[in-house]
Amino acid sequence: MTVTVEKPPTARKRPAHRASRAGRPHAAWALPGVLFFTFFAVVPMALALYLSFTSWDGLGDPRPVGLDNWKKLLDDPRMTQSLWLTVVLTVASWAFQTVVALLLGVWAAGRQRNRAILSAVFFVPFLLSSTAIAILFYALLDPNFGIIQKDTLGSQSGAFLAIVFVGGWQFIPFHTLIYQGGARQIPDVLYQAAAIDGAGRYRQFFSITLPQLRHTITTSTVLMVVGSLTYFETVLILTKGGPGTDTAILPYLMYEAGFKTYDFGYASAIASFLVLAATGLSLVLVRLTGFGGMRSTREGM
Amino acid sequence: MESSRGQSTGTNAGRSPGSGPGDGGRSFSRRWFLGAGSASLVTAGLGAGLTACGSGGGGGGGDGRTLTAFVYGDDAVKVQQAGVDRFNKSAAAKKAGGTIKLQKVPGSDYSPKLRTAMGSPSAPDVFFNWGGGSIKPYEEAGKLVDLTDIIEGDPVLKDGFLPSVLAAGDLGGHHYGIPMRGMQPVILFYNKAVFAEHKLQPPTTWDQLLDNNAKLKKAGITPFALGGSDVWPELMWLEYLVDRLGGPEVFKRIQDGDAEGWGDPTVLRAAELVKELVDDGAFGSKFTSVSYVNGGAPAVFARGKAAMHLMGSWEYSTQLGKFPDFARKNLGWAAFPTVEGGTGDVRNVVGNPTNYWSVNARTKNKDLAVGFLKDCASEAYAQALIDNGDVPTTSNAADLLASSPNPEYATFQYDMVQQAPAFTLSWDQALGDGLGTKMHTEIGKLFAGKSSPSEFVTACKGLK
Repeated sequence: MTVTVEKPPTARKRPAHRASRAGRPHAAWALPGVLFFTFFAVVPMALALYLSFTSWDGLGDPRPVGLDNWKKLLDDPRMTQSLWLTVVLTVASWAFQTVVALLLGVWAAGRQRNRAILSAVFFVPFLLSSTAIAILFYALLDPNFGIIQKDTLGSQSGAFLAIVFVGGWQFIPFHTLIYQGGARQIPDVLYQAAAIDGAGRYRQFFSITLPQLRHTITTSTVLMVVGSLTYFETVLILTKGGPGTDTAILPYLMYEAGFKTYDFGYASAIASFLVLAATGLSLVLVRLTGFGGMRSTREGM
Repeated sequence: MESSRGQSTGTNAGRSPGSGPGDGGRSFSRRWFLGAGSASLVTAGLGAGLTACGSGGGGGGGDGRTLTAFVYGDDAVKVQQAGVDRFNKSAAAKKAGGTIKLQKVPGSDYSPKLRTAMGSPSAPDVFFNWGGGSIKPYEEAGKLVDLTDIIEGDPVLKDGFLPSVLAAGDLGGHHYGIPMRGMQPVILFYNKAVFAEHKLQPPTTWDQLLDNNAKLKKAGITPFALGGSDVWPELMWLEYLVDRLGGPEVFKRIQDGDAEGWGDPTVLRAAELVKELVDDGAFGSKFTSVSYVNGGAPAVFARGKAAMHLMGSWEYSTQLGKFPDFARKNLGWAAFPTVEGGTGDVRNVVGNPTNYWSVNARTKNKDLAVGFLKDCASEAYAQALIDNGDVPTTSNAADLLASSPNPEYATFQYDMVQQAPAFTLSWDQALGDGLGTKMHTEIGKLFAGKSSPSEFVTACKGLK
């Protein structure tokens, strides 16, 4: 290392004591980001947490009620139903989106020209707003004048499938892009070696591609799970939580408590619960998959 | 975001029907506004949404020279805009030393926006509302000017409006609002062509209604269009059934805060009748996913797939906007039938008497605000409502009906309201947002077959 000191410092070879800082900007550079995050994420979250211990109808001052809202959260049968619906929606969305996005992404990682064009086309739904997409599907599913003149949104299973499908239609392109990027990172030499060993396409996919994509899967999964927990516009527009309360997932219940019944205390409790659940879940996912260890998939190469 | 009053509602986002004075053209896009508006609120984080709204609200207060008036922003708002323009040039405005500035809030966002603005320093001085329960939280928070003495002491205001309509927006016997839009009774609309083809008459009794249903179903026609996904059109059925069975007193008791009122046998009976209708296919098999606000139910009705439609008076202008030929030639209207064994007067009406202006207790210039309210009693204002297809609730309305785009329909509506022994405010409006929304949930479950009539009654008794 001492040898390098005599050379003009370059990006790659710098004195050790400088190298530790060289790639990192001064802490002050983070200030705008930190401020932004504080004002638009931390403060509102803290405010919501505070409101969850109060009773507030939006007028006058919030009145402290201790743990009432949180107790209600545990007792409310609608909360139980919503939680279950949210879990089902999350699992179903994850399964649907992961399978399709993984296959599409791996396929799109090939370099032929048609794939690049098709990948670009696939990506279009992600560029549309969720609201526009939900309105589009609502019109398509209209029981009397849509293209599928069945009572799709009038039954729980139909409404649920519609929500999962519409969510997938919108977000699969994004996850496909992630998987495409991940798959392109896998060194060709692995496949060449496998081919020499006589591994076929399927064997190569399950023994090389999938294991190499495990961090990509984790990233995508965390995004999907957290996304499903805040999935809202589509439910609002497609079903309004109906039929009855059959698709009233947690974010919808929160919206209803806050902006329809003006029980902001309770809505804040639901919101806080969602934040806690999402944070907890993503931590668990990261821990379980070893993603936190940041071990490279290239180890030993 | 469906918050949202009016026909959406959402909110409305979903909200109540009648709340929406509007016609279909006006209401068509409210739900989408709701989606977009509330979505951004929620994604911004509940807390962030609140603080953003709180500081947003538009500039009331000030030095009292410019007062802000919040209004539901649909097509009918042009009547209010003309009223404001007229008033700002008037001698009354000069005398009170100021002007009014109208702030139009897109329909579905109205309710949440008003709520957050009223809790902030930039609250409006004058605001549009639905009377009754819709303003109760504001009254309880001491934010309303009690207009009772002002109205009593002012001949223009005292004699300007139909007393029953003025009273319908009351809270605890006090006036807090001035009628400012047309009347919105719920009416049984029917398709004249379908009725003529199958030799039917508009039903005047429940038995006739069931008889019609049987004949229509045999002919492959759904008897009633129903926008079940919005829920508030379902509420209209319960409102009329309970009124016909037990009179207005049944709901009055509930409205006055006695949840045991839901235990009245007529509520159970009404829910049973609803279940019979649903099971019988009176609304078809797909009504839970049909919406009113996106034009679904009106289209089913106008295209003859359904023969009747129980809806607020704005159905006429909705149809006129979307299916003008149908509205002009084949749209018929009638009162809700009597129900055998019921004690309610067949002349009773449910729906929304009208909308009201209320005054914020913190306004810096009460004279200016009251002066503006008086404009709503003027003939020019009433004429503007008439021209818009509405029936004003002013005492001079009868003389203006002849100049309505459809005098026959306007007269029917006017007489209906004028002669009604009781006008029950839409239940969701009467109960206010909290209870109203929870009641919607129970009604949605009843109609969707997710709860039985007795479970419905039990659930409603438990609402608080």
